[in-house]
Amino acid sequence: MSHYAQLVVELTILVLAVFLGVEVISKVPTLLHTPLMSGTNAIHGIVIVGAMLVAGTAGADTLTGWVGFVAMILASANVVGGFVVTDRMLEMFKKREPPKKDGG
Amino acid sequence: MGSTTSNLLYLVTIICFVLALRFLSSPTTARHGTWIGAAGMVVAIVVTLAHHGLHVGWRIPVGGAIGAVFGAVGARRVKMTAMPQMVALFNGVGGGAAALVSLAAFHNLAPEPGRLHGDISVSIIASALIGSISFAGSMVAFSKLQELIKGRPITYPGQKFGNLLLLGAIVAAGVAIVAGSERQWLIVALIVGALVFGVLFVLPIGGADMPVVISLLNAFTGVAASATGFELHSNALIVSGALVGASGTLLTMLMGRAMNRSIGNVLFGAFGTVHAGAGTATSYEGTVRSVSAEDVAIMLSYAQKVVVVPGYGMAVAQAQHAVRELADELEKKGVEVEYAIHPVAGRMPGHMNVLLAEANVPYPALKEMDEINPEFPQTDVALVIGANDVVNPAARNEPSSPIYGMPILNVDQAHQIVVMKRSMATGFAGIDNPLFLDPKTAMLFGDAKDSVLKLVAGVKAL
Repeated sequence: MSHYAQLVVELTILVLAVFLGVEVISKVPTLLHTPLMSGTNAIHGIVIVGAMLVAGTAGADTLTGWVGFVAMILASANVVGGFVVTDRMLEMFKKREPPKKDGG
Repeated sequence: MGSTTSNLLYLVTIICFVLALRFLSSPTTARHGTWIGAAGMVVAIVVTLAHHGLHVGWRIPVGGAIGAVFGAVGARRVKMTAMPQMVALFNGVGGGAAALVSLAAFHNLAPEPGRLHGDISVSIIASALIGSISFAGSMVAFSKLQELIKGRPITYPGQKFGNLLLLGAIVAAGVAIVAGSERQWLIVALIVGALVFGVLFVLPIGGADMPVVISLLNAFTGVAASATGFELHSNALIVSGALVGASGTLLTMLMGRAMNRSIGNVLFGAFGTVHAGAGTATSYEGTVRSVSAEDVAIMLSYAQKVVVVPGYGMAVAQAQHAVRELADELEKKGVEVEYAIHPVAGRMPGHMNVLLAEANVPYPALKEMDEINPEFPQTDVALVIGANDVVNPAARNEPSSPIYGMPILNVDQAHQIVVMKRSMATGFAGIDNPLFLDPKTAMLFGDAKDSVLKLVAGVKAL
């Protein structure tokens, strides 16, 4: 695929993803806005893929190596911290434990 | 692994992330969503490790392990009241990582002339610029929320002009790079400039506007991640970044609407308009009626319906558990207790919901503004705990008030109002609150937690 053909495909994906994002996010209730922020924080931790590609460049020079190493630390903290915090928050959201067993 | 296989597996990651957000539409499924999202992330990491030509070496495992330990320990140890700063911190490191990836990409691609396509250099600049602003801005937001630096707006003369000049210089550096001047120092200057800009941009924004800032920085990191995706031709990054960007933008607009202020006013308001507005606000005259905890305990015990209105003061005093205890005691006496949550109460979107959830308040009792406002006329006691501007009736009836037009919780329509406050100090916006002078209002002064505990003891004794 030529370079610009690929760019057009990627732009298409971007635009569709934005529409999808707006659709999905607008269904999240106010109640869960903090976990939403924290969950999306965890999701942008996907830059760890970029960090890995940089840190793992074969025959990298010193600058690339160290930049990749620091990026790796930051991205990994982002991923792990993001998911753990979100899970901790969501764990707390409960309905009242029913005194007697019922489905509701 | 072939690139077709890995691209298919990255698609699995994308599906997992979309499902994670989809499951957030209900508190009963939300937690499963997080696990699905985490699984998607693991898939992406494993696929990248198996990437053709990736030299794993020591940097990936060691860097990954250091970050993971920091992230896990920080996330486990942090108190629920410190959640906003934690969210800011994790947001910032993501932006920082995106900026660094772009720096490295430029460093490796730029030396040979003609290797950098225009669209790639635009992506690199966007990701370096936005990622750096997000990193620096989030660190300032973190420091403000952690009270390492003061939360009040920090301003100095010529601030607006200075910031504009700096932004202009950064954009000029970016344009120079796209135009073909692939010099290393230009990208370094761009990143340093963006870092400084990030700091200057968040410094003048006050604590109460943090929900807007945090949402906006969240969107920034999403955009930076998406731009990084264009650089690396990674659909997973493009889509994930777009999802985060959409979410952050929606939340930012929502917060702005909840304050009846344009985003521009929130971000640049401290530069002048708020001060000018506060100066012209009406001063109210009247007497403040102070009551004892015992009196309030009696008032609450004999009420039929009590609505608790929490604000940032409750978070500061960490009074959420005491509040829940009070509600339990009241419910034992047959009093109906609900919570009225203003969208911008606290320091991040949904802040009060998380705190009350931590204290085991069942979420169906947490009511949004539109849902609870019609109920105030039938409410016997509205108990305002550490909230001020979000219950200020001047927003409804006083066109000269700086917060005029901001949707508020109509607690003044309740039969009786009890306001818990540390002192008579004005709220963040620095304006008087006529609610405190309302004949129906009683003030209970003191630390929110102490006061609520006294109420619990008082209600129990009855």
